[in-house]
Order: sequence, then structure tokens, then C-alpha cells
Amino acid sequence: MNLTKEFTKGLWKELPPFRLVLGLCPVLAVTKSAETGLGMGLAVIFVLTCSNVLVSSLRNLIPRKVRIASYIVIIASFVVIVELTTQAFFYGIYERLGIFIPLIVVNCIILGRAEAFASRNKIIPSALDGLGIGVGFTMSLTVLGAIREILGNGTLFGADIMWASFRPFTFMVEAPGAFVSLGILLGLMNALSGPSRA
Amino acid sequence: MREIIRMIVVLTVISTVCGLVLSGYRRLTAERIEQQVLMNVQGPRVEVVLQGADNDLIADRKKIQINGKDLLVFIGKKKGGPYAVAYETVGKGFGGDIKVMVGYDLDLNTLTGVQIISHKETPGVGSRVEGRQFTRRFRGLHVNTDVPPNQCPEEIDAISGATYSSLGVCEALRKSLALLPKVKKRLQAFEDGSRS
Repeated sequence: MNLTKEFTKGLWKELPPFRLVLGLCPVLAVTKSAETGLGMGLAVIFVLTCSNVLVSSLRNLIPRKVRIASYIVIIASFVVIVELTTQAFFYGIYERLGIFIPLIVVNCIILGRAEAFASRNKIIPSALDGLGIGVGFTMSLTVLGAIREILGNGTLFGADIMWASFRPFTFMVEAPGAFVSLGILLGLMNALSGPSRA
Repeated sequence: MREIIRMIVVLTVISTVCGLVLSGYRRLTAERIEQQVLMNVQGPRVEVVLQGADNDLIADRKKIQINGKDLLVFIGKKKGGPYAVAYETVGKGFGGDIKVMVGYDLDLNTLTGVQIISHKETPGVGSRVEGRQFTRRFRGLHVNTDVPPNQCPEEIDAISGATYSSLGVCEALRKSLALLPKVKKRLQAFEDGSRS
């Protein structure tokens, strides 16, 4: 089994949200700035890796009929851990991500990986799969957040980087800007990887 | 039958373990979170409400018990002498609870100010109760001001289009005013205790 491949597939071939087009809700909502995108991504890496490991290690114990319920309980527990941790140690990020931290529970990437990968594979590949997809998700969110922050606010991670006469394009940090930038990025990625096989 | 039992047992065990872990973790982080809320949410609001106090408002807070409930009281001092208090009460708004911090000047018997700690009102409509336009109307109100149930005092105009949200703030004010005599008495007891 090729372990490196389990990790790297999340970075391009199955890059969420662009390749799997999953988990779009937080992608659109929290990418107002690179910082919130990165924060959300890190939270997702943690939840995804931990839930993948736990689901994989319990895969022979959980009866098929109650598997979704069990996965959700596991995922929700890790999400609450993330929520309490950000609240206790990174209050600024906690306030800016708001409801989207608890909403990680219903992020379909996480349940999707638990169901499609972790429940059928050994612990180490599952961990790498979670880590890879999580890192890919974080990259996408940070890049999208950076683009929107630069164009919409003239800053990157809160630091001024545009020339003085630059007029911020406020549209980009509002909801429609998220759709537009996501669409353009998605189109670019499709163009780069050639005509789709489908 | 055996399958059903297995399903029940597995799901119960998973849920129980998760529940135990979470309650433990919550207890572990509770103190830090309380501290963070104090620094980031209540602290800045208290500083607005008790403008002019020259002490460290967060450090000089006191937890007192009234009617069996904990109440966090912030004490404003000028030149070492306490002159003002502020504490939080809750009113029902349009979308949920509105938490309101009300400050009192104990020498003048007036309100030093009102700030909204948290609310779930409609953004752009009910959320206007947070604005200075609304909250500044309360400043200088006498502590004997009559606040009838489900009404605002005569001196306060509700925000048009946000009647329920305004009433929620006034309800919190009414509760707050009702607590004031007890809070005063309790703090007096503290003072006497520390002197003797």
C-alpha cells in the first residue's frame, strides 16, 4: 500500500472543496480573510484526523446499521473539543468563526471521509488520509481567504500589502464575492488539469 | 435479537465515553473560558458603563449570591473609594435572550450607562439596540425610575421597528433595578467585613 499517496491525494487529486466540491458552506462563509480561513482549516484538520483514526480503529466493532450515528457522535465530540479549545485559548478566532465551529459536525467532508475511507482502511492510512484532505482543505480556504482579503480589504493576514492608492473592492469580502472567487478558482483548476474524463 | 443488543451496547458505550471525555474537558477549560469572556466580552463593556472609574474593574469584581444565584458585580472606584457598581441581567428579546450590563452611580443614584453584552436579535433591525444611539438614552436615569412590566420607562423611546428588542432591554433593566437594593446591602456587608 502506498502511504504517501494517501496523504498527497488530498493536496491535488481529491482536493476539497475544488475536486470533491464538498464542504462548501464554510468555504464560502469563513473565507473573508486568510486568517479565518486558516483557523477554520486547522480546526478541520484536527477533527478530520482524529475522527478518521477513531472510526478506523473501531471499524470492526461498530455494527453497520448504527455506523452513521456512531460516526456523528465521534465527530461531534471532537468538534466540541475544538470549540472549547478555541474559546479558551484563541478567543479572537472563536468569535470570528462563530457558528461555523459547531457546524463542522455537519461538514460533509468529515462524515464523507469516515464513511468512504476510514471505515474500510487501517489506522495509519486513515490518519494520513484525514491529514492530507485536511491540509488540502486548509490550503484551499487560506488561498481563497487571501484572494478575497487582498482584493476586498487590501490586506493579507491583517497587514497592509497593497499600494497606497489601492481602492478595496468591498464586493469580494461579501457573500457574492465568495461565489465569484470560488467559481473562478474552480474554473482555473479545471483548465489546468485538462479536460475532465467524465 | 443479538444484533439489536449489540447495536444498543456499542452506541451506548460510544456515547457514554464521549460524554465523559467532554464533561471532563469542559471542566478543565471552564476557568480559562470564564477568564476569556471576562477579558473580551464583559471587560470592554464594563469599562464603557463605568467610565471615569480609576481602578482595575476586572480585578475588583466580586461574586455575590442573591436569591441563591451567583451574580458578578463590577465595582467602580474613584481615588480608592467605591462609588459605582455594574452587573448583568437578562431580558427576553425578539430572537432570544438579551444580556444587558447596567451601571449605577451609588452617590448620585443614577444610571451611569447601559451596554448590551450579547443578543440574538435580527441583524440590522433588532441589533440596533446595541448602538450608542439607543444605549445612551439610559444614561442619567434615576434608580427610582418606574419600569412597568412589558414597557419601557417613559424617558426611553423604543427603536421603531425593533419594539420587542427594545422591550427586552427594558425588561433586563427592570430586573436590574429590582436587584439593586440587595446588591447594595450585600456590598455594604463586604465593606464592613473587610474593615473589622
